[in-house]
Amino acid sequence: MYKVRHWSVRHSRFMEGLYNGVNPVILAVLKGIAKVFGNKLDKPITAAEAGLKGFLFDCQMCGNCALSKTGMSCPMNCPKTIRNGPCGGVRPNGMCEVKPEMRCVWVAAWDGASRMKNGEAIKSIDFAVDHREKGTSTWLKLAREEISGDAE
Amino acid sequence: MIEEIPNVETLGTNPGDPLPQLPGHVSHGRFERILRAGHFAVTTEIAPPDSADPDEVLTRASLFDGYVDAINATDGSGAHCHMSSLAVCAILTRAGYSPILQISCRDRNRIAIQGDTLGAAALGVCNALCLSGDDVGAGDHPEAKPVFDFDSVSLTRTLRVLRDESRFLSGRKLDLAPKLFIGSSINPFVPPIANRADQLAKKIEAGAEYIQSQYCFDLDILKDFISIVVDMGLTEKAYILIGVGVLTSARTAKWMRENVPGVHIPDAIIKRLEGADKPLREGRNICVEFMQQLKETAGVSGVHVMAYRQEKWVKDVVKRSGVLDERVPWTPETAKVN
Repeated sequence: MYKVRHWSVRHSRFMEGLYNGVNPVILAVLKGIAKVFGNKLDKPITAAEAGLKGFLFDCQMCGNCALSKTGMSCPMNCPKTIRNGPCGGVRPNGMCEVKPEMRCVWVAAWDGASRMKNGEAIKSIDFAVDHREKGTSTWLKLAREEISGDAE
Repeated sequence: MIEEIPNVETLGTNPGDPLPQLPGHVSHGRFERILRAGHFAVTTEIAPPDSADPDEVLTRASLFDGYVDAINATDGSGAHCHMSSLAVCAILTRAGYSPILQISCRDRNRIAIQGDTLGAAALGVCNALCLSGDDVGAGDHPEAKPVFDFDSVSLTRTLRVLRDESRFLSGRKLDLAPKLFIGSSINPFVPPIANRADQLAKKIEAGAEYIQSQYCFDLDILKDFISIVVDMGLTEKAYILIGVGVLTSARTAKWMRENVPGVHIPDAIIKRLEGADKPLREGRNICVEFMQQLKETAGVSGVHVMAYRQEKWVKDVVKRSGVLDERVPWTPETAKVN
């Protein structure tokens, strides 16, 4: 939702804290689930992630989540899906060149990052997304990475 | 030490032959030579024809003979169909020109772009400019599928991988890396203005060696931007060329401001055109003055003259500005004399 998305960017510092607090819990739970159930529950977990992140950030489920590095503004809402933005077409009022009714997601991103503890992360390069991961859960990916990390 | 160039036995006998790559240079091109030698560079852009006629490209390029160091071949600018950037570049290199291959992320994915980059280098192209590209909705085929597999930063990084690591993104090795001088763009005149220098830093970190900016019609914003960029040390890492334009009337200026994404024209410029007896001449005067001021601005390495449908005036504004000093850029004629 557009309004909620903006609320999330305005409260990027709070969302960052929430994410840092809640994320380890989610990952711990998902690690447990993944160990016991394998990939049987992937669909509902992915749907839950899509629902929650969709509500908060208009998440597009690219499977390459970068919210913590983009001021809590989802870059996949950019009509050009720019991951290191903004482009040069931003309107003088900060609105999107393509969708004049939408605030540029990268104007929002730099704004959101300015309030975040780890806001400097926006300055690091985010390489092009892996399109094979579209529609998949970033949470499950991180949980499985931790599982294979634990195994090594 | 001059690097050996494959398949070229005699250098410089034909205008289209590559030059030897100088020590510390990344390409065989003249454009890199001009910048690294510390000259104030002048580039312009060619409007690719809506035609399959190669002579049309050469006719358009000849308008700039002796006044520009490199010619940007636009890649479907404004999301309109024209002859491809790669083809325009190939025609130009055969005649000895120094074209800049513009690569937009809008129309091709990473497979096509990497292939085209190798092809361009094989055809003698020495410079590439990485751009995100206008949205399809801005052009004459708004129903087209926008690709945007890359953005300009990922694209810049990819070209550096091809050139410096001599491999595709997949890791597969190249037999010969494309020796390209790699650039990108910046628009310091639109929001988020406070973050534009940081964004430039990202582009340079990704691998941009030169930058060509959007139209500059506001020297106050530009000077603030450049002073930050100089303080950040970015002008030590990349050459910054600032875009200048030839406006033809107050009406056109207003239209551009309203309709061309990313073009910032202050009211003062529009008032000046409105008050002028000969607005066409005034538009060129403005361009000349901006070029002269930019030459005096520390951190600016050159200008990029964009004169869409006013290409015949590029020579005039460059000449009157005096930014080239006594220098005469390469022309097909100088090649014949040598």
